[in-house]
Amino acid sequence: MMGAEFVQLSLTPILIGVLASIACALPGNFLILRRQALIGDAISHVVLPGIVAAFLVTGTVAAMPMMIGAAVAALVAVVLIEAIRRLGRIEPGAAMGVTFTSLFAGGVLLLEQSDTSAVHLDVEHALMGNLESLIWLDATGWSSLTDAAALAGLPPELPRIALVAALISLLTWLFWRPLKLTSFDEGFARSLGMPVSIIGLALVSTAAIAAVAAFDAVGSIIVIAMFICPPAAARLMTNSLGAQVGWSLVFATVSAVLGYVLAGYGPIWLGFSASVSAAGMIATVTGLILAVACIAGPMRARVGQGATG
Amino acid sequence: MQGIWAALTLQAGYNAGLVAIGATLLGFAAGAAGAFLFLRKRALVSDAVAHATLPGVGLAFIAMVLMGGDGRSLLGLLLGSAISAWLGLLAVEWISRKTRLPEDAAIGAVLSSFFGLGIVLLTIIQSMSAGRQAGLESFLLGSTAGMLRQDAILIAVAGSVVVGLVWLLRRPMTLVAFDAQYAAARGVNLRRVDLAMMGLVMAVTVIGLKLVGLILIVAMLIIPPVTARFWTERADRVVWLAGGVGAVAGYVGAALSASAPDLPTGPIIVLVSAALFVLSLFFSPARGVAAAFQARRRFQTRVHRRQGLLSLSRSEPIHDPLTLRILKGEGLIRPDGVATEDGLAQAAKIARDERRWEVARAVHHDTALTGRYDGLTPIEDVFTPDEIEDFDTRIGGLRVVAGSA
Repeated sequence: MMGAEFVQLSLTPILIGVLASIACALPGNFLILRRQALIGDAISHVVLPGIVAAFLVTGTVAAMPMMIGAAVAALVAVVLIEAIRRLGRIEPGAAMGVTFTSLFAGGVLLLEQSDTSAVHLDVEHALMGNLESLIWLDATGWSSLTDAAALAGLPPELPRIALVAALISLLTWLFWRPLKLTSFDEGFARSLGMPVSIIGLALVSTAAIAAVAAFDAVGSIIVIAMFICPPAAARLMTNSLGAQVGWSLVFATVSAVLGYVLAGYGPIWLGFSASVSAAGMIATVTGLILAVACIAGPMRARVGQGATG
Repeated sequence: MQGIWAALTLQAGYNAGLVAIGATLLGFAAGAAGAFLFLRKRALVSDAVAHATLPGVGLAFIAMVLMGGDGRSLLGLLLGSAISAWLGLLAVEWISRKTRLPEDAAIGAVLSSFFGLGIVLLTIIQSMSAGRQAGLESFLLGSTAGMLRQDAILIAVAGSVVVGLVWLLRRPMTLVAFDAQYAAARGVNLRRVDLAMMGLVMAVTVIGLKLVGLILIVAMLIIPPVTARFWTERADRVVWLAGGVGAVAGYVGAALSASAPDLPTGPIIVLVSAALFVLSLFFSPARGVAAAFQARRRFQTRVHRRQGLLSLSRSEPIHDPLTLRILKGEGLIRPDGVATEDGLAQAAKIARDERRWEVARAVHHDTALTGRYDGLTPIEDVFTPDEIEDFDTRIGGLRVVAGSA
């Protein structure tokens, strides 16, 4: 299982899955603390109208215009949510629900109206991604990792998501202190003179970048799952933010690897021939990890509530 | 245009008529049930419920195939989806009650992991020999093409039952949605009412799966109540107005989608309700953006008029262009900026009002009254004539006094 075939068929999808999970889980930690967990859900819904609009404008399915389209749509959605919340004096959850469902409906309509039958662009693909198809055909074995010619044949999603994951890790490290302060005590952060609303907007934009890059590679289910489940499970493990981020990365990595392996090899072990959706399985595994943390996480209870309460 | 008219009058064909009636009833039920959720500030719970239906659909299909059927009975699939949606709902409730995670995290977690499981089951079904033409993907975005008569009847009957239940449960649910603490103090079992509310939402979701799909049913539960909220301040009216908005959106959306090819029913219904929402956001008389803008302009005018007149009374020059424009418009100053007769009289009145307020705030002890000084309210609106007379005596004024000059 760990031979040449593994390198060719499974190594790159697993790496892409892990990197996408990490890119989403990192901002997810802060979104959870700020009670903005569902912004990830909203963003991953509006990615669809974004890429459809990009396709209609440019007429190609190249990665770059699609990602720009998705990022613009995410930004538009965030601005719309805020505008509806303020102008209509509506609670944030409902404002979010109005915005992302309308934009998503618009996206589906555009998709049906435009002639996208020739290209690989449909709702199911957007939801499930195509992790299984991101294989490394040029690889012949582990030695290919040092072979420049073979490395050039890596799926382009891998360097892209690696770059985004690195960028987000760097941003999290650089802005650790302001992020921590504004997430835990916004009033105190403001009294220190921190630009609280700019930090909030920057966090949401970073989440949008992570969502768009991950979406490109793995589809939107994993994006939503990774924004919420690993950080939520990590939150039940510890009271320290540093440790929480650490746990969330461990959970994200474990679910990506375990989910992919279960999806790819699980049915074969059980005697079936076909494999199941890797994206779906990875999301399921994150949910299971969270379920275990809810039952047994050492810090699962609220302050003042007994651990068994 | 003719196509739309034919569809609106239910003459676009048997299937289109069925779909339009079903969508109207579904829209009404969804709007009314969603209203309680919205007033309770838990609108997005419906998102978790909707996504949690998918594994149930998959499992029901597999179970029906294993039992020897073809697995496509709508009733069976809906029953399965109801069970898994209920489990998802309980999971949301359990996570936010038992752990320190906030409800939105619980919603997101349940939504994504249940949906992920559903996708896994769908891929399993695709690899089964009976599953190749199962068409379960249509539950994601809904599909009205080839809707059977029995499907339409199912939607109509279930939709009416939901509306009936909303009517029966309206009192406790309005009470809880409006003020949960008060309801609890009155002895209402909050948890049970909440679960009933969620049960209605779940019923709407399950009924709507076939028509609009699980991703967009959320819109039918959220957008109509938010739209209705713009038009009334009364909780009970929000419920029925939301039902009305939902019904209109469902009917018009279904008719539009029947009038031309490539107009999928679910998204069109959602976009119609989004259009109603945008109209309300801007043009509702009480809470709309246009009304708020107008109120702001009125307030601005009042402030500028008053400050301008005060300046006139003190013979100070006025530089602010808006103030000048307002005063000129009312004929209180001449185009060259000199006060007219009328303007001087008004200025004197305002100056006296201002002086009376000054005294009132110095001598009167009731801060509830003196606190109403905002630089705009005339003192006559707050104090009685004899009190004002008292202030005037304290100010002192022109009167005949003995003695030589």
